[in-house]
Amino acid sequence: MFGIEVIILISSLRFRLEAENFSPISIYCEGSTCREMQKLGDFKLPHFFNYPPYFTLQPVRETREKQVQLWKELILDYCRTQKIFVIKLEEEFPLFSNSVIERTLSHEAREAFLSALAAEGRAEWLDKGHRSCLILWHRIQEWADIIVNFVKDNGFEDSVMTVEEIRFGIESRRTELHGIDRTILMRALKLLEQKGKLAIFKGTSTDDEGIKFSV
Amino acid sequence: MSNFFSKAEVTSSGRPVFLHNEVECHLLSGVDLEPEDHHHFTPLKSGILILTTHRLLWLHSSSATTPTSASAIPLAAISHIFSSRKSLKSVFHSPRIRFQVLVSPDGRVFDPGSGSGSSSGSGSRSVVVTAVIRGKGDSDGFLVKFWDSWRARAWESNETSGSGSGSGLASGSEAVTGTGGGLYSRDGSLRMVGVAGILRKEQQMWESTDKSLQDAFQDLNALMGKAKEMVMLAEKMRQKLLSGTSSQTSGANDEDMGSKEEMQDWLLSVGIISPVTKESAGALYHQQLSRQLADFVRTPLERAGGMINLIDAYCLFNRARGTELISPDDMLQACSLWEKFDVPVMLRKFDSGVMVIQNKSHSDDEVFARIKSLAAKPEALRNGVSPTDAAMSLGIAPAMAKEHLLTAESKGLLCRDISPDGFRFYINLFPEIDPLNIYFVKDYGICSTWIKAVSTSG
Repeated sequence: MFGIEVIILISSLRFRLEAENFSPISIYCEGSTCREMQKLGDFKLPHFFNYPPYFTLQPVRETREKQVQLWKELILDYCRTQKIFVIKLEEEFPLFSNSVIERTLSHEAREAFLSALAAEGRAEWLDKGHRSCLILWHRIQEWADIIVNFVKDNGFEDSVMTVEEIRFGIESRRTELHGIDRTILMRALKLLEQKGKLAIFKGTSTDDEGIKFSV
Repeated sequence: MSNFFSKAEVTSSGRPVFLHNEVECHLLSGVDLEPEDHHHFTPLKSGILILTTHRLLWLHSSSATTPTSASAIPLAAISHIFSSRKSLKSVFHSPRIRFQVLVSPDGRVFDPGSGSGSSSGSGSRSVVVTAVIRGKGDSDGFLVKFWDSWRARAWESNETSGSGSGSGLASGSEAVTGTGGGLYSRDGSLRMVGVAGILRKEQQMWESTDKSLQDAFQDLNALMGKAKEMVMLAEKMRQKLLSGTSSQTSGANDEDMGSKEEMQDWLLSVGIISPVTKESAGALYHQQLSRQLADFVRTPLERAGGMINLIDAYCLFNRARGTELISPDDMLQACSLWEKFDVPVMLRKFDSGVMVIQNKSHSDDEVFARIKSLAAKPEALRNGVSPTDAAMSLGIAPAMAKEHLLTAESKGLLCRDISPDGFRFYINLFPEIDPLNIYFVKDYGICSTWIKAVSTSG
């Protein structure tokens, strides 16, 4: 009796150990070369993430433009897959450092790339000191459309919901709305309110803000 | 003309090649050489006359072309120098220096190196040559130096081997090593020995200084009496010059320009700077300096691999000069004049502000090709290229190497990587990356090479 339990225990432990020792590598084969590149969580990194100049703000105009473009794509991709809505510049952000080549983006570089995103409407600075940035991997209008689809798909056209229900309710679990940043959600809702698709009314506390749809 | 004068060699930058121990003493521009009798040679027009300790050299000058040869008259062939006649006529004409040159029977300037050493022997004929100085230049000073050089007979001390027989012409009061006993040395001047000698030397110096000061003040007293009138006259002249040259084109006839230039010279000597001469003042000095510099800088250039920092060149040049050092400004002007001449070197300014002298034949593209191949090596793909690496591999100074790397970066060949380890450059991969397809790696592109090189190190 003990023997079997021990065996099960040991085998489950071994499985755990192996799982932890399993180094997160993604093997991608493109063209005809197969290369191993590290991952950040479950996010696949491109090969140039290990190119040291990628982490130094380039002075030459053409090179800089390309570099900025690549970083913008990478930031948006990463935030979308990891559901990150806010980047704080002074805090550590996994994408901005590469321990394999021992390089980190300087504050100046981070600000430059995020400002470039803000300039094309894919991000917004939350404060004048540029310390905190809202990432709009969906634009506000896109979020608004997603909300409208969500309402239609679930038959909520004339009903009432609270903001928190939209964010964490059961129905939203299968959609991108689940876990959405509150600021972004409110913006999208306000946009829809202006178009007359819904009405926002305050409850006894902020958590109780309610939405009446009239989609 | 070609048969009369001795031939003088000229460097590729247009400066004369000097003999052993020969030193340049004075230089005048805009000089014509005319013989009294046109049978001997056709007059030489508008050249540069250089006086040295051994010869009188004449170079054909125009600032556009570099002279390839020069004519020379050895000072040993000159039998007499006429003193300048100051007459009313000479005030309005260009200054002239007349001297008598010995001529050998076949019609050429007497060459002291060939025949007997006696200067009054074989050449029985002589011709009077006049140097007409049409350019701006101190002709009186030139004449004085001409006399001095001619009397110093520096060419003779070459032939007699180190006998120390300089009979006090150069510096009569210099202490000589004793060649015999007695108070009086061989040529009769008072000998200077011991403390008494030093005291006597001091005494002599004082006396001569005193005398020369007195002479100077004589003139000064006279001048001060006339000062007011002189200044008024000079001002009038200046006004006339200003109004004159504004309507004058540069193609005016010689005599007119000559007299105008003379007036400007006088103004300058009185102390009033004419606005017209400011641009051209000193141009001749810089021209000659510029050519001399071009000659000098060729050896250091070769040693440094074709490119040398301007500051380094300045230090080397001044050290080689010994005395008569030039200021950084002179250096800069001399280098900028190279554009106008046909010399094989040029001044170049990088974006970072660093100025270098480089061979005209130096090719940037060739350097970039070398840098590119250096950056594509596996070692460089893994760790980048630092300025020191580039300096060692290209064979140039690290500061120059850094300039080249920065220029290559600005052309898009390289990218910089700044880290606690320092400043390094990698080959530029960005152009090959497609932002719409960031995971794709082209098969035989530089990205693929880079990935291979990086992954082999583990």
